[in-house]
Amino acid sequence: MKELICIVCPRGCHLTVDENNGYAVTGNFCKRGEVYGKAEVTAPVRVVTSTVAIHRASAKTAPDAAGGIEARCPVKTSDAIPKHLVLDAMQQIYAASVDLPVHIGDVVIHGICGTGADLVATKDILA
Amino acid sequence: MYDLIVVGGGPAGLAAAVKARECGLKKVLIVERSLQLGGILNQCIHNGFGLTYFKEELTGPEYAARFIKQVEGTDIEVRTDTMVLDITPDKTVHMVSPTLGYRAEQTKSIILAMGCRERARGALSIPGTRPAGVYTAGAAQKYVNIDGYMPGRRIVILGSGDIGLIMARRLTLEGAKVLACVELNPYSSGLNRNIVQCLNDFNIPLYLSHTVTNIQGESRVEKVVVSQVDDRTKAPIPGTEIEFECDTLLLSVGLIPENELTRDAGIALDPRTKGAFVYENMETSMPGVFACGNVLHVHDLVDFVTQEAQRAAEAAAEYVLKGQPSRENIIDVRTAGGVTYTVPQQICPENLKDEVRVFFRINRVFGKSEIVAKLGDKEIKVFKKPFMIPGEMQNVSIPAELLAGTHEDLTIEAREVTEPAADNGEVAK
Amino acid sequence: MNKNYDVVIVGCGTSGAAIAFTLAQYDLKVAVLERENDVAMGTTRANSGILHAGYDPEPGTLMAKLNVRGVAIAKELSKKLRFAYNPVGSLVLAFSGHDLKTLKTLKARADANGVKDCRILSKEEVQQMEPMVSEDVIAALYAPSAVCSPWEFCLTMAETAALNGTEILLETEVVGISRENGKDGNAGDAGNWKVVAKQTSWPNGPANAPKVEEITLTTRFVVNAAGLAAEKIHDMAAPHSFSIKPSRGEYYLMDKAEGFRARHTIFQCPDENGKGVLVSPTVHGNLIVGPNSEEIKNNDYSTTAGGMAFVRKSAVRSVPSIDFRNNIRNFAGIRARSTSKDFIIEEAKGAPNFIDVAGICSPGLSAAPAIGEYVTELMAGKGLKLIKKPGELKLYKEPHHFKDLDAEQKNALIARDPSYGRIVCRCESITEGEMRDTFNSPLPPRSVDGIKRRTMAGLGRCQGGFCGPQVVKLLAEYMGVTEDRIVQDKAGSWMVLRREDA
Repeated sequence: MKELICIVCPRGCHLTVDENNGYAVTGNFCKRGEVYGKAEVTAPVRVVTSTVAIHRASAKTAPDAAGGIEARCPVKTSDAIPKHLVLDAMQQIYAASVDLPVHIGDVVIHGICGTGADLVATKDILA
Repeated sequence: MYDLIVVGGGPAGLAAAVKARECGLKKVLIVERSLQLGGILNQCIHNGFGLTYFKEELTGPEYAARFIKQVEGTDIEVRTDTMVLDITPDKTVHMVSPTLGYRAEQTKSIILAMGCRERARGALSIPGTRPAGVYTAGAAQKYVNIDGYMPGRRIVILGSGDIGLIMARRLTLEGAKVLACVELNPYSSGLNRNIVQCLNDFNIPLYLSHTVTNIQGESRVEKVVVSQVDDRTKAPIPGTEIEFECDTLLLSVGLIPENELTRDAGIALDPRTKGAFVYENMETSMPGVFACGNVLHVHDLVDFVTQEAQRAAEAAAEYVLKGQPSRENIIDVRTAGGVTYTVPQQICPENLKDEVRVFFRINRVFGKSEIVAKLGDKEIKVFKKPFMIPGEMQNVSIPAELLAGTHEDLTIEAREVTEPAADNGEVAK
Repeated sequence: MNKNYDVVIVGCGTSGAAIAFTLAQYDLKVAVLERENDVAMGTTRANSGILHAGYDPEPGTLMAKLNVRGVAIAKELSKKLRFAYNPVGSLVLAFSGHDLKTLKTLKARADANGVKDCRILSKEEVQQMEPMVSEDVIAALYAPSAVCSPWEFCLTMAETAALNGTEILLETEVVGISRENGKDGNAGDAGNWKVVAKQTSWPNGPANAPKVEEITLTTRFVVNAAGLAAEKIHDMAAPHSFSIKPSRGEYYLMDKAEGFRARHTIFQCPDENGKGVLVSPTVHGNLIVGPNSEEIKNNDYSTTAGGMAFVRKSAVRSVPSIDFRNNIRNFAGIRARSTSKDFIIEEAKGAPNFIDVAGICSPGLSAAPAIGEYVTELMAGKGLKLIKKPGELKLYKEPHHFKDLDAEQKNALIARDPSYGRIVCRCESITEGEMRDTFNSPLPPRSVDGIKRRTMAGLGRCQGGFCGPQVVKLLAEYMGVTEDRIVQDKAGSWMVLRREDA
C-alpha cells in the first residue's frame, strides 16, 4: 500500500494505491486521480515548465523600467514526460531559444528527450 | 464619460472588463500599470491554472492570454503603462502615463482589481544584518522567469505558501540548491499538490513549526539561522537552532491586498481581509465602486478570481444600466468557530437572485467537518466538508429563499465532526 | 598618480560632507576620500534624523555650541539645498517627580545654551498637542526641534561641494598617512601630508574579484572625519590619543499608515545611556521608533530580538497604541562615540595640520553645518588661505518630486520627458524620470540603495519588492552593464547572478 497526494488538481486528494491488488486506487475524488495514482507508483510523469531565451531582431536588449520587455519566453512540455527525464529536459531547454514573433503552442523542441512530448511556447510574444 | 473604468489588467480586471461589456456597458476602460496585460500571471509560468474555469490545465501566461484575446476582440479601451494615482468620490479616476500624461477621467462605475503585494522582511522583524539576497518569492520569480537571472546559488525559503513552493522547484530546475523550506505553522499554507511536486520531488526538506531567527552577511547573505517555534506562542525555542550557509533567503510569508487607492478614496476596509467591505454584489461602501480578485481578499486559485470578477462586472453593469440596488435591509455576515472572515461581509437579501456564495477561510486544519449557516440561532443550512486547511479558501452557496425577508444576521460557523485525520505535517515529511 | 591638494577629507558622512560644503565656497583644491560606494554610508544613514534644539548637551561644551549653531544653519540650508525639513518640535515626557526635576534641569540647560522657545507643558497641554501620548504623562518639555532625512542632508551638501569643484572619490579607502617635511626640513608651512589610498573598481562584476589601484595624494591639511574609523585614521598620522567606542542603536521604521501616532519627536527623560527611545514622525511621514543603546566590539549592524523587544517596550511607554504590525523595516545604526565626552575637533597632537573630527555622536547631525564652519576656521588659523570664489555657489537643482506637482506641472514635465509619466516605485509614487535624473546629478548612484537614497524609491511599504527589478534594469542601462553587475548597496552586495554563474 502506498499513500500519495494527488497532484492533478488543487484539491489534493489523499490517495492509497494497493500494489498487490492491481494498483487499485482509493481516496480519489475523480477518475483522473485513479489514473494519476497508478501512474505515480508505476511510471511517474511530470509536465515541465520553464523558459527559453528570446532572439530579438531589434537591438533593444531589455532595459525597460515598466518591466514589459521580457528576456525569456515561457514554455512547457506538451505532455507529461517521465519524471527521471526532467533534469535532462532542462538541459535541452536551457540551450534552446526562439525567434520572434512566437505564439502559444509554437513548437520550440520536437520530441524533447526522445519522448512523444514537444516543448511549446506558452505566450504570444510579438516583438 | 466612461461607463466603467477597471483599475488593473490582471486576471480580475480582464475578466471583469469582458463580462461588463457582455452585460451591455459600452464604454469600458482597463488601466494597467505594466506594459502588458495579464498581471502577475505573466511570471507564473508553471501550470495548474484553469482547471475549474476552463476544465483544462494551463500555465499562467496561457490563462491570461485567453482573456487578453477576448479583450482584443472587443472595443474595450486598454491603457497600459498607466498608473492610477487617485480615485475621488465623484468617480473621477486620476491616472498618469508616459504617452497620455496626467489625466482625470470620469466614469459611472469603477471596478477595483489592483491585486496584492507580498509581505516583506519588515513585517516579520527578523533579527540580523541587512545584506542583499533577501527577496520576496515573487520578486525572485520575476528575476528568473521574465529577466532570466538567478537570485542566488544556495537558497532557503521562509514560508510554504504556494509561491514559495513553486519557486523551490523552479530554482532547483534552474540549477540552484534549495536547502530548506521553513514554515512557522505546524501545517503548510500551500496546496498539497505543490508540496508533493515542488518539494518532495526534489527532496527539499520542509521544516514545519520553524522560522528564520537570524540573517547574517556583510554585503550578501552568508547564513540564516532557523529555530523551532512553540506551536502556541510561535516563540522560537532556544537550543533548536539550525544554521544554513546560503546566499539567498526567499520570503513567501503572505500576501496583502494592495488597497492604498481604496483607502485614500475613503472606502471602508475590513481589517481581517485588508480589502474593502463588500455587499453580495461586490459593491464597496462607495456606491458604484466594486472590488474583486486579490485586492478584495487573497485567493489561492485564479479560477475563483475570474468568477468573482464576473460577479462584480455584472453588478457594475446593473448599477450603470438600472441604478443603485436597494440598500434598505442590510444583514451582516458574522463568523464563528474558526472562520476568520467572509466575503461578502454584508448582504441585502432582497437583492439576491438565486443564491449568495459566501467565501471564507478557517484558522486551523479541520478534519471531517460541517459548515453551518445560521440566521440568528437558527440553522438554515449545513454543508459537509471532508477536510479543510487554512491554505485553501472555502465557499458555500446559500439559496436566496432561505434568506428572503430576514432581518437577522447570517452567521457562518465551522464545526469539526471528528479530529483531523493525520496531522497534515505527516504528508510533508 | 600624485596630486597636490589644500585639504584632503577622510570620510564622507555628514561631518565630512559639511566640511567639504563649507570649503567649497573658497578657492581651494579639496578631495574627499570615502571607502564606500556612496556618501552617508556609516553613522549617517542609520540615524533618527532629528535636528535637536540643543537643550541636551552640557553648557560650555563644543557639543552645545555647535548643536545650537548647527541647527540654525541647517534650517537655512534646507531651503537653499532643497532637502526635506520639517520643524515638528519635540517633547521630553515626564512620568514622575524625578522626571519633572530632569525637565527643569534640561530647561535650565536650554537657557544656558541659548535655545529659545523651550517651555514646560502641563499634562493637559501635552495631551492636546499629542493626542496619542500615554495617560501616565505628567508634564513635558517642549523644544523647537526639526526632522530631516539624514542621508539627504549629507548628500545635498556633498553634491553641492562636488558641483563646485570638490573631488569626491568613492570606494577609496585610506591605507596610509605620512608627513612629508618641507625643503627646509621643518614641518612648517611648506610641509605636506601624503595620503595613500586603495581605489577599488569592479570591471568583472560585483560577484568577482575587484581591481584595486593605489593612489597617493599630497595635501597641506588632512581632516579626519572617518566616523567609526576615526581612531584608525588618527593612529596612522599621530600618536594614539583617543578610542572609538561604537554604540549600536536599533530601530523600527513604520508604514505611513502609522505616521499619525506622533506629531512631535517624543523623547523620554535622558539617562546615562543617552536620549533613550524616541517615537517620531519622519520627514517623509513614516513613524520611526528607537533606538536602544548597546556598546559593541566590532561594527556589527545586526538587529537583535532582545534589542527590538526593548525598543518596543520603551516606545509604548510613550505612545501605547503603536501597532508594530505596521513595521516595514528594522535597522541598526552605530554611533561613533569616543572616550571623550565631547566632540573631538582639534589638531592632533604631534601632527600639524592634521585635524581630527572624531567622536561625533549625537547631536552630530544637528551640529554638522557648524562643524563645517568650525573646522574651516580652525584651518584658517593654521594658515589655510580662504579666498572666496567669485559669484554664488552653484546649486544642484534636485529632481522634481513628481507627486508634489499639480496637474499642469505634471503634464508639462511629461511633455518634456515622457519617463516622468511612468511610476516605477508605486508605494512612494516615484517616476522613472526622477530616477534618471539622479544619473545626471553631481554624485550619481552606484547601487539600488543609492537610487533609494536619492529618490525614495523602495523606501515604502513593499521595500522594493515591486520596483527592485525595474531599478536594477535602469541602473544597468545607465551604467552600460548587465544586471548581474548591479549591487543593492555596498560592494559585493550583488542582486542577481547569470544562470551560468549560479
